[in-house]
Amino acid sequence: MAASDDTRVRPAPREPAGANEGSGLVGRRGRALIAPRVTGQVRYTDDLALPRMLFGRLVRCPHPHARIVGIDATRALARPGVVAVITGKDLPERFGIIPWTPDEYPLALDRARFVGDAVAAVCATDERAAHEAADLVDVEYEILPAATDLDGAIARPEVGLGRAGTDNVSKEVALAFGDVDGLLAASDVVVEGEIHYEGSAHAPIETHCALAQLDKNGLLTVWSTTQVPHYLHRELSRVLRLPPTRIRVVQPPIGGAFGGKSEPFSLEFCAAKLAMVTGRPVKFLYTREEEFYAHRGRHPMRIRMKVGAMADGTLTAVDAETAIDGGAYSSFGLVTSYYSGQLLTLPAFAQAYRFKSTRYFTNKPPCGPKRGHGSVQPRFAFETALDKLAVALGLDPIDLRRRNLVPPDSTTLNGLRVTSNGIAQCLDAVESASGWAERRGKLGVGRGLGVASSAYISGTNYAIYPNDMPQSAVQLKVDRSGVVTVFSGQSEIGQGCDAMLAVIVADELGLDLGSVRVVSGDTDLAPVDLGAYSSRGTFMNGNAALSAAREVRHKLVAAVAEKLGVTPREVLVTRGALCVAADPARGVPVTEAIALAEAKFGTLGAVGFYNTPKLGADYRGGTIGASPAYSFTAHVAEVAVDLETGKVDVVRVWAAHDCGKALCPTAVEGQIAGSVYMGAAEALFEEHVIGKDGLHLGPNLLDYRIPTTLDVPDIVPLIVESDDPEGPRGAKEAGEGPLHPSIPAIANAIFDAVGVRIDRLPFSPSRVLAALRAAARARPAAE
Amino acid sequence: MLPLPVFDYHRPRTLAEAVALLATLGDRARVLAGGTDLLPNMKHGLVEPDHLVSIGRIEELRGLALAPATASAPERLVVGAGVRLGELADSLLARRVAPALAEAAASVGGPHHRAMGTLGGNVCLDTRCRYYNQTHFWRKALGYCLKKDGTACHVVKGGQNCVAAASNDTAPALVALGADLEILGAAGARTVAARDFYTADGLRNTVLAPGEIVVRVALPVAVRRRSAFEKLRRRGAIDFPLLSVAAVVDRDEAGAIARVDVVVSALGARPRRLRAAQDVAPGSDPAVVIASVAAAARRECKPLTNLDEDAEWRRDMVPVVVKRALVRALAQG
Ligand SMILES: Cc1cc2nc3c(=O)[nH]c(=O)nc-3n(C[C@H](O)[C@H](O)[C@H](O)COP(=O)(O)OP(=O)(O)OC[C@H]3O[C@@H](n4cnc5c(N)ncnc54)[C@H](O)[C@@H]3O)c2cc1C
Ligand code: SF4
Repeated sequence: MAASDDTRVRPAPREPAGANEGSGLVGRRGRALIAPRVTGQVRYTDDLALPRMLFGRLVRCPHPHARIVGIDATRALARPGVVAVITGKDLPERFGIIPWTPDEYPLALDRARFVGDAVAAVCATDERAAHEAADLVDVEYEILPAATDLDGAIARPEVGLGRAGTDNVSKEVALAFGDVDGLLAASDVVVEGEIHYEGSAHAPIETHCALAQLDKNGLLTVWSTTQVPHYLHRELSRVLRLPPTRIRVVQPPIGGAFGGKSEPFSLEFCAAKLAMVTGRPVKFLYTREEEFYAHRGRHPMRIRMKVGAMADGTLTAVDAETAIDGGAYSSFGLVTSYYSGQLLTLPAFAQAYRFKSTRYFTNKPPCGPKRGHGSVQPRFAFETALDKLAVALGLDPIDLRRRNLVPPDSTTLNGLRVTSNGIAQCLDAVESASGWAERRGKLGVGRGLGVASSAYISGTNYAIYPNDMPQSAVQLKVDRSGVVTVFSGQSEIGQGCDAMLAVIVADELGLDLGSVRVVSGDTDLAPVDLGAYSSRGTFMNGNAALSAAREVRHKLVAAVAEKLGVTPREVLVTRGALCVAADPARGVPVTEAIALAEAKFGTLGAVGFYNTPKLGADYRGGTIGASPAYSFTAHVAEVAVDLETGKVDVVRVWAAHDCGKALCPTAVEGQIAGSVYMGAAEALFEEHVIGKDGLHLGPNLLDYRIPTTLDVPDIVPLIVESDDPEGPRGAKEAGEGPLHPSIPAIANAIFDAVGVRIDRLPFSPSRVLAALRAAARARPAAE
Repeated sequence: MLPLPVFDYHRPRTLAEAVALLATLGDRARVLAGGTDLLPNMKHGLVEPDHLVSIGRIEELRGLALAPATASAPERLVVGAGVRLGELADSLLARRVAPALAEAAASVGGPHHRAMGTLGGNVCLDTRCRYYNQTHFWRKALGYCLKKDGTACHVVKGGQNCVAAASNDTAPALVALGADLEILGAAGARTVAARDFYTADGLRNTVLAPGEIVVRVALPVAVRRRSAFEKLRRRGAIDFPLLSVAAVVDRDEAGAIARVDVVVSALGARPRRLRAAQDVAPGSDPAVVIASVAAAARRECKPLTNLDEDAEWRRDMVPVVVKRALVRALAQG
């Protein structure tokens, strides 16, 4: 494997068969380490309070596009309790998560680009005063022409939101693999369609919050609801023009992120700047409305796609053209543009592929990465196209996919290296669990089953800023009391990565979970990890932890072997003790093993790190989408459609996910359930709509409807384990992949139930009813 | 979090005290019951009272019981304005004698809203509109509207009247069930029929005078009265109604239809009593009643763009929801 000749790579060595000792925690069910979270003991960022703390509030632009003529803070500063006001001029440095496209200021410098863009910040002695003072900052605007949707951005280049100001283009990607036109022309069937996705938000329960303090030694500490402490550290240093040595970023436990907190935001810079200006701690907490303006939600996309097939179901070629609505700023848009095409070539694909994706700027809240970044929308287009092909060819949609699967240990059309691949088992699992063969087509009018499949990355091989250093690392500290502390740069955002690390380390060292502490998300305490995005945590940080733990284990084994007078190979690690494999009555408790090892080797500890092997193909963009391992998912959804109202009820979803190895099955099932929930939410309810006037249609959780417990389908999670050769103990990702098939499986089930295809999300009752009526009109009267 | 504006808080223990206090404070004061509507509205800057008079401690506003028939009135279900919606929804008595009301209460918001929200607060709920129930920042960016701070209506362009929607679920049930509202003010007590309580003015859709308190609700019960409530909404909970319909059917001794009343709400500011239902002749065939009232409902009701859902679809749903309510009311033995 490429990994072995790359010295930077330290994939954890696969243990030979029979040496699978450990405390047996890997693969065991349990609600590891979440008790404080579910009992309300966890302290979130907004729970933090410091003496003399001030409260910040951003002043936001009420126009979709405007030049800032002048800002007068006199009235605000005159209000009792107000301590300071800053504007763009106080922080005149661009930032952006992608180093090539920094295009945001903490506070707009001369142009505000959407309703809600931040133009000034106030801080005051209490929250109410801060809110009132923000209203008293007088901003004079010159209103500029605006583009508030894709059509506007395409038709009116003169709005000039692009880099050169002559168009609204954010990024263009065009890639082609194989003879698309020839194969399409030679196909027995070609289906063509256009789908519309209006965009959705992450809607985490915890809104963004940041607290900053400058201490008397000149150290700036920023506590933030970020899922990328390391990038925030770098950007704070750049924008505030402070050396990184004077900044510490702490990420307290997070109440939901889903990608919406994976880049720096105005509040972090403003809290820091105001703390520096006033000498007092400053806290910002976004309101629910502001959460919708900070956004970075899933991009609106309009995708035209052609897919061809031969009569036997062999897919021939895919041709896609995608217009992406990026909102006001670049965010991760460069990556989004690639992902909208690059991630489609697994698990079932064609022999030729061409895609052209253009991301446009619009005068809307900026879009970014949301769980399943860039690839959920094209997955909807593609998997519904496959369903149409199956109908046209008279094939079972599951069989159609089976016929075109990319095999394990292969390379995709666009050059992605595939290792473990459990998609065939996923399809088998949902087929049998759902009773597909017996039940499909026999559920009566209004009820139907639909299938879809997908694949997703377990991290990417590409750091956001080019560098040769590890992408992920941990440090292990082993205390002679028997406590092992894992210092990890990963961000625990509720996804369970702390528990994952604890399971891996405890298992390796013969400990129980109560003996392992995880300290994560603190740039002073933990080594660098790039953050909680791209589903990289388990694969990368897990590997880093495994290699550190193995280093410590070898020392424990060596010390115990010496004490018992056997060779290290004869020592077995079990829960609580290290013993002689052939004579388990001879052994020492793990705490004693630690003491022996500390006496023999000196203070115990280890670092572990991970970097991907060199991956990706040799063309421009060929590394984007390249991952050390891919997860695979298949869903079958069962829906019931109310023919009178058009309301779709997703009754049940069977979701099979290949996560390589379920280190903690309970957590994997939780991720599957969360993904299905979020996918069904986007399919049925959630729609982030900005009106023609640039106003959000309802930036609150009454108008922006997330499903309640009464609206959630029954979810049947099915875990498939393909045992990845490079994953930690065989594991791959489980956080984002399981979302992808949700929307197309539901769409395909609606077709099965009532014979209509809804190509615009969400499948709201009004849309479904309109489609049902149109279909009834189109049916010949004879029927 | 959006901060609450500053206000003075009063907590009288008797009705008399509350009414006197409200009379003194005048229009600077508001009655606070469960607060589930008033407090969010204050955070949005929609109402700006200097004083809140909490009626939560007033014993006289509690109670849910049958009042026996008197010489002048039939047997009645009497529900105090301070009764929580959850209590009303769970009350076996209410479910038996006035199912439409209990079902309406059960369909309000989510469990937390029903635990705090009161019947009185629901009866007096402010009208709602997608252009109105937003933050101050949002409304400012829009340019406000004539219900608050502005001069134009965004629903009826050029319109001079506010057509914000009556969104209280119990209102159509109370109107359909022929409830009376007992009201107390500094000027004395009065009784207003629920059907006369609401007006077509979205700015202020009740006849309640400033300083008046709704004390209790009384509705006549009848042995052969059946009722049902249906609500159109996107989610299974939380959502305000996109349409709400209460249907009441009285049977005669032989079991034939004696009288039908159907009220549709979440249209404009006032719940709408369907003429076609009142016109149903005694003895009509149930299937014909359902079909004809549902069809007439579509003609009589015109959902507006005041709520955040496709108005055409809501219009199409009027007969569907009316039918479902009638079917259930007629199905009961
Ligand atoms: C997320 C959410 C969802 C909701 N969903 C629904 C829904 O689906 N259906 C629905 O109907 N409502 C809904 N509501 C609104 C509200 O929760 C209920 O209408 C509730 O019944 C209001 O009662 P309250 O006691 O909380 O009223 P309050 O908020 O205390 O008062 C509401 C108004 O009535 C006045 N008032 C209260 N009591 C009296 C009285 N006795 N006499 C005179 N005036 C009085 C107050 O001054 C105020 O103007 C929802 C609210 C929220 C926040
Ligand atoms: S109906 Fe018109 S005036 Fe009334 S709240 Fe809505 S927009 Fe305002």
